[in-house]
Amino acid sequence: MSEGLITGSYILAALLFILALAGLSKQETSQKGNWFGIVGMAVALIATIANPSVDAGWSILVAMVIGGAIGAKVALKVEMTEMPELVAILHSFVGGAAMLVGINSYLDHGSMEGVLLNIHLVEVFLGVFIGAVTLTGSIVAFGKLRGLVDSKPLMLPGRHKMNLAALVVSALLMMHFVSVEGSTFDLVIMTVIALIFGWHLIMSIGGADMPVVISMLNSYSGWAAAAAGFLLSNDLLIVTGALVGSSGAILSYIMCKAMNRSFISVIAGGFGTEVSISTDEDMGEYTETNAEAVADMLKNARNVIITPGYGMAVAQAQHPVHEVTQKLRDAGVNVRFGIHPVAGRLPGHMNVLLAEAKVPYDIVLEMDEINDDFGETDVVLVIGANDTVNPAASEDPTSPIAGMPVLEVWNAENVIVFKRGMATGYAGVQNPLFFKDNTSMLFGDAKDSVDKILKSF
Amino acid sequence: MQIGIPKETLKNENRVAGTPDSIEKLIKLGFSVVVESNAGASASFSDNLYKDSGAEVTKGEDVWNSDIILKVNAPTEAEVDLAKEGATVISFIGPAQNADLLKKLADKKVNAMAMDSVPRISRAQSMDALSSTANIAGYRAVVEASHYFGRFFTGQVTAAGKVPPAKVLIIGAGVAGLAAIGTAGSLGAIVRAFDTRLEVKEQIESLGGQFLKLDFEEDGSGSGGYAKTMSDEFIKAEMALFAEQAKEVDIIITTAMIPGKPAPKLITADMVKSMKAGSVIIDLAAAGGGNCELTSPGKAITKHGVKIVGFTDMASRLPGQASQLYSNNLLNLVKLLDKNKEGSIEIDFEDEVVRGVTVVKDGEVTWPAPPISVSAAPAQAKPAPVVEKKVEEPVSPVKKTVGMAIAGFLFLWLSSVAPTEFLSHFTVFILACVVGYHVVWSVTSALHTPLMSVTNAVSGIIVVGALLQISSDNTVVWALALLATLIASINVVGGFLVTHRMLKMFRK
Repeated sequence: MSEGLITGSYILAALLFILALAGLSKQETSQKGNWFGIVGMAVALIATIANPSVDAGWSILVAMVIGGAIGAKVALKVEMTEMPELVAILHSFVGGAAMLVGINSYLDHGSMEGVLLNIHLVEVFLGVFIGAVTLTGSIVAFGKLRGLVDSKPLMLPGRHKMNLAALVVSALLMMHFVSVEGSTFDLVIMTVIALIFGWHLIMSIGGADMPVVISMLNSYSGWAAAAAGFLLSNDLLIVTGALVGSSGAILSYIMCKAMNRSFISVIAGGFGTEVSISTDEDMGEYTETNAEAVADMLKNARNVIITPGYGMAVAQAQHPVHEVTQKLRDAGVNVRFGIHPVAGRLPGHMNVLLAEAKVPYDIVLEMDEINDDFGETDVVLVIGANDTVNPAASEDPTSPIAGMPVLEVWNAENVIVFKRGMATGYAGVQNPLFFKDNTSMLFGDAKDSVDKILKSF
Repeated sequence: MQIGIPKETLKNENRVAGTPDSIEKLIKLGFSVVVESNAGASASFSDNLYKDSGAEVTKGEDVWNSDIILKVNAPTEAEVDLAKEGATVISFIGPAQNADLLKKLADKKVNAMAMDSVPRISRAQSMDALSSTANIAGYRAVVEASHYFGRFFTGQVTAAGKVPPAKVLIIGAGVAGLAAIGTAGSLGAIVRAFDTRLEVKEQIESLGGQFLKLDFEEDGSGSGGYAKTMSDEFIKAEMALFAEQAKEVDIIITTAMIPGKPAPKLITADMVKSMKAGSVIIDLAAAGGGNCELTSPGKAITKHGVKIVGFTDMASRLPGQASQLYSNNLLNLVKLLDKNKEGSIEIDFEDEVVRGVTVVKDGEVTWPAPPISVSAAPAQAKPAPVVEKKVEEPVSPVKKTVGMAIAGFLFLWLSSVAPTEFLSHFTVFILACVVGYHVVWSVTSALHTPLMSVTNAVSGIIVVGALLQISSDNTVVWALALLATLIASINVVGGFLVTHRMLKMFRK
């Protein structure tokens, strides 16, 4: 294959990747988008393997087949609730691969000298650094999501200073690395520092911030790929890395905005730990209700909105929730879902969980689309959500979640909160919603409660 | 403690102060309940139903031997004599009109709570019997109107000719008025409503009514959810409006009441004369003398071809529903009084709701209670709570410009020393970031998870980098590249497959 044809294929692949992301703008075009991505990948791979300078025959094939088989197995088996873990571990693979590619291109960089060599060395250093941070950071994120690692933030004394020190030492090592035109020792030390830095960075972030963390690592994995592109002077890698990097950055931004937190404060870690919790404050009394009463209320309602949180997925209640939805819709009740951006453990996670439960996507609306409609709603079911429906965010400026945009469920005629007990949410703040006059609590496991409602119909 | 529920003795009263449902709940709270035989018969609750709910059904006197008596109407003097000393009677009492009764209760050392004195604050809404009764009255008013009105409410176009929709005017948009607006609207009538309180405009419109507004600057919001008396000019303008509407509408439902005063006369005899023959006036304020000059309380009469209905027992005309809601009001009050949740009540004046409803305690008349002032909408004078808000300081434009300039110079410096090859890659990188930014912002938030998994897959493109290195002669490089190829392949296949799986789930 000629050099021109290869470059052309790469350009084609880059365009197809852009089309793949563009396809996701609507549900209708999303599947086509995914196919664009697959075709783009195929074009890029064929062009690369057909490159006369790439010549390793069977070993490539074996590696790719083994990798592909593992990927296929995992992808077909994974539960939708486990998507965050899958995404996290896939990030770590990109980070790992980028790190290896970086090390390789240091070991075997051909003949270079002067500025070109300096730039190459800087690229190696940065590529390996980002790759290594992504690798361990994603592994920790995976562990936290799986419950293998304690999801509480790890609060080492002087953690900010340690992070800073890691960055400064790495920067100094880079200068030395460049000035002596490459030193394996520097590279190894820096790699170790970066691995520890990535581990510690994510260890100190709490479970509630996982959506941000995963988006951030998504972004890092992109930048790692882009850095590898610079290393290898490969525009396809640069373009793809930049696409992925900006995608992750935007998702992190959206998530931070939805929690009204600055990116820096999330990264610095420790959400919910500095807050002095004032649960002693007398909120008044809450009203309890039972499944039969809720079923009755739903049957007589005209407009119903369901606002699910991660608790719904934990209880595996999405399937009975769908059945309830189906029954009510058949009876002419207007049922819709209101999704807070940080509901779930991943941006858009709740939408996937509802889609898996066969809830039609056109009744699943995002917060901004549905927030004005609560006033005309007869019944709101809050299932497994807490902080995302907390009126304190807009009413109480001293609350730790003040200013966070929330679903204004309390404007509805009736609010039913499905909850195990009166425990607080991630943010550790009591929810005044539970004590409002139009709120009733339905205690118990969400799935059991919804099943009981189904039976009462 | 024992709760007694006697049969109502007032003529034409069909309601009862306890339903089998509410009694079951009272028993759950730890009370024992005695119901007079046939107490619920007119509301279609048989003695057997009461027995099933766990209550004891007995003859009259036994009921009065209870610690707590739940009633609908105020007890008669004879009934007060039956009650034992220290007992508590909870019912509608009308303390303003019944000073003698209060005195009698006090002399007998019987505590009394007036369900018509529940403070109108949000915490007490679940006990507000006036509201629950008014709601029923408003509904029934429309039903009565349709009974006396010889026409459709809704407009229709039929083969036999066109039927115009009825026009309904509702005066006073309190609980009863709003219920009437909703009911008349759902029957298909054109509903107009008037109220001196401007704050109810939105509520009227949300029920599909049209708010009639005077060109007059005065807001009639009083305390406790009632309207205050308006100025003379206002009333003049208001009467002109009614006179004009009377000629046009088919049905007028009036609900205007000012607590402790006779109902204001809003519909004059002249206005009635000007109405079309066959029109109907439902006067829900009949008990207070009526909003219409010609109303005859308790009766339906025809004057100048207009039917004027002045029933004072609207709620009792829907006894099942009325009893149910009223019993729930009572149940909620008992729950509040039963502070320790052990089936006994305690009258605690610290609680402003309890203070408000209690009209006789320990032989003393405690009515009226000190006022609690709350309006449905916050009064304008209420200052906004002063809160030190952390306002994000916008980055000053000067700082921003300087920052951008520095970044620009740094970049120019870098480009002056960097080789052109690097710069061309950099160009590609920057442009790709811009494209990525725009493409990703257009992704719908519902697909953010597939977005992540598909970016997982495409970032597996790092495999291209690994493949380019795999033909190296260096064994270490070869091995590392092979490993990189393997793990990147997991990403490519896994990412695309799982994305495909997810996207297939999204369906309408």
